[in-house]
Amino acid sequence: MYKLLLCVRYLRTRYIALASIISVMLGVATMIVVNSVMAGFTTEMRDRLHNFLADVVIESRGTQGIPDAERQMAIVQKAAGQYIAAMTPTIEIPGMMTFTDPYSGQTYTTTVQMQGIDPVGKANVGPLQDYLDSYNPTVEDGVVLKPALRKNDAPLGWNLTAEGAEHRRLVQERQKLYQQDQPGAASDDFPPASDSPAVSKPDAEPQKNAVTAPAEISEPVFDSEVPAEGPEPEANASPVDGETSISETQQTPAADPGVEMSEGDEFLYAAPSVQKVGEPLPARVYIGEGLISFLVRDPDTGKQQKVMMVQPGDDVILSTVTAGRSPEVTKFQATVVDSFRSGMSEYDSSIVLMNLEALQKYRGMERGNWITSIHMRLKNYADAPAVLAALEREFEPGTVTIRTWEEKQGLLLSAVEVETAILNVLLFLIIAVAGFGILAIFYMIVVEKTRDIGILKSLGASSSGVMSIFLSYGLGLGIVGSTAGVVIGLLFVRYINEIEDGLSWVTGRKVFDEKIYYFFEIPTYVNPWMVFSVAAGAIAIAVLASILPARRAARLHPVRALRFE
Amino acid sequence: MKCVSGKRLSMNTRMNSQGCIQEPAMAETLKMTQPLISAEAISKSYFKGQHKVPVLRGAGMTAQRGEFISVIGQSGSGKSTLLHVMGLLDSPDVGEVILDGTRIDNLNQAARDQLRNHVFGFIFQFYHLLPELSLLENVMTPLMIRHSFLGFWKKRREFRDAAMNMIEQVGLGHRIRHRPSELSGGEMQRGAIARALVAKPEILLADEPTGNLDAATGAGIMELLNRLNQEQKLTIVMVTHDESIAAQAHRTVRLVEGRIQGVAWEDAA
Repeated sequence: MYKLLLCVRYLRTRYIALASIISVMLGVATMIVVNSVMAGFTTEMRDRLHNFLADVVIESRGTQGIPDAERQMAIVQKAAGQYIAAMTPTIEIPGMMTFTDPYSGQTYTTTVQMQGIDPVGKANVGPLQDYLDSYNPTVEDGVVLKPALRKNDAPLGWNLTAEGAEHRRLVQERQKLYQQDQPGAASDDFPPASDSPAVSKPDAEPQKNAVTAPAEISEPVFDSEVPAEGPEPEANASPVDGETSISETQQTPAADPGVEMSEGDEFLYAAPSVQKVGEPLPARVYIGEGLISFLVRDPDTGKQQKVMMVQPGDDVILSTVTAGRSPEVTKFQATVVDSFRSGMSEYDSSIVLMNLEALQKYRGMERGNWITSIHMRLKNYADAPAVLAALEREFEPGTVTIRTWEEKQGLLLSAVEVETAILNVLLFLIIAVAGFGILAIFYMIVVEKTRDIGILKSLGASSSGVMSIFLSYGLGLGIVGSTAGVVIGLLFVRYINEIEDGLSWVTGRKVFDEKIYYFFEIPTYVNPWMVFSVAAGAIAIAVLASILPARRAARLHPVRALRFE
Repeated sequence: MKCVSGKRLSMNTRMNSQGCIQEPAMAETLKMTQPLISAEAISKSYFKGQHKVPVLRGAGMTAQRGEFISVIGQSGSGKSTLLHVMGLLDSPDVGEVILDGTRIDNLNQAARDQLRNHVFGFIFQFYHLLPELSLLENVMTPLMIRHSFLGFWKKRREFRDAAMNMIEQVGLGHRIRHRPSELSGGEMQRGAIARALVAKPEILLADEPTGNLDAATGAGIMELLNRLNQEQKLTIVMVTHDESIAAQAHRTVRLVEGRIQGVAWEDAA
């Protein structure tokens, strides 16, 4: 009883103990804040990775893919249909993308990961619509600069927005005028000689290349005739000189448009509208924002600004390899319909989403409906192991790889885990430092209380009783410090964005720039178990640190303690 | 309430379950034959660095039940050490402390702690009240030490009344909520006496109880001690260096350089 009473009294009357409490509190609060923000980032990152990847992915081992998407999906449905909420066939293939920056006139070529998708199917396995720029308003510093171009309920598809179509028309008309000004020159001037043969080759071989051609190619024929019409859908991407040259060289195969038209019917978009000004090409893409934009710091305001080098309505050149035993390089033009931003820069700076049918055509996969992967979303992700097992029984070994998104991104996820673990060890050292502070302060308090210890012993208190006073003192201090730390930490996490605003205001520069992270708010995730273990760890350290002083107190000789001045 | 095991200490006659109050009938018969406490041939040295400093050189004394004895001597004569050895705060190098016929100086630590709590009451020159506690809490401290948390909680009213009663006896009923720092020296010493007595000890060991007080206040304390001795037949061993204070006891033991010089019988004050 006296132990508790004295312990509480010492806590209330020793202001020096406040220093220990504060150090414990700060350590605990720091750990909670850092862990919550880290966990927030991790969770957010996992979500983004996950959303773009779908829950489970079946991939063919080789780039030629697997035949008959419908049949494969039927197999999947039969094997694990009860777990699966949605699935969509996909073609994934690396490639290159070439585009021209309208500002500098430079031509850029980057490697990309092309994904042939059905947008509706893709949206069923992941939130595609949320990522497409045309469905999202342009927001800067919390102010909506431009409302979303498409309504939220507008169906997903490969059509240009009104703005994109207008842009395309204008560009084509400008191109038209430019070509009229310099007849003949426009095409031949820029393109390096090597370009044209390279281009013409792929055209010649597979039919699908020929299929692309019609739209583009038919146009230049009219060049001279109709000035008002910006005929060349491809030339539109005005600066892309390569493209103009392509169109020119392709004129020959385009000679019999009728054939191509009929084939083009297979495309939703193909033939009838081809002639119209501003009509996009059959191959259409959503491009990852990171591929076609860069950040510039405005010298006046110091703000980061995003500059888009390619706009919806422009064309880009894509090249990849055909399927089949001896892959050939294939090259085609595609109209940019939209750009997307998933928030994972890894994806945003490498992925080009394309209409599945067109990609199948260009890669020679349309006959037999070949695909390379099936993405599926499960009703409950916890069933993933069962699904994997069921699917592995169905598919012949060696033909496909079946993985969850976590397995696909295993390296990245485990890297983040290791990072978090190391950070936690380092942060716990902060609390250990607080522990040594407690040790020192307790020694002082024991010295200060020497006489009281003597008195207690003269009244019959046992050594273990005296020891437990100081142990429970340490415990109490740890509990108070951790509780305060938990409260402060949680409040900090709760109001972290307000605090960030305040800090930005005080320091005059943005502490957390949402343009870098694509987060409008600092994401946080408070794991109750984490909070509990941090608090428990801090309390344990406080008790451990008080063991030595408590033992010293317990061993004091009563007479010497009483005589202590 | 738990007393020290009577068998072990051979004190079965003196302890009952209620606060270890001795039974007078038994005490009368033993009174002449056996002293309540005796210290026999106590030697004790301290080390100051490398040097051994002898404090007690074979000193001894006895106290009968109900006796009021003063131990007088110069500073450094070892009188406080003798008191500490008798009260089990210190152990002798040589010699024995016998309580009611049982040697107690060689008991284990737990038994010594128990004896200090049950049998001895201490008062000191510098009062030694705990500064963080109020007067009432200070007085209740020995009871808190004696009982577990639950045991104390169950009987807290009873203990509180006992402490209040004791505080009333020493005349501090109006100051129970005060901290020691808010009390005068005399009041603190009265508080210390109340604390020493609340546990119903058999022997009160007083180490210069008036040493830090002015004459008038000291006289008041002495009066209180005498009253307790007479009314409650409390055995008191008091250490002092003041002849006039010592003279108020039944008998005086004189310590010179760690030895007993002579035993002088005096009239009770």
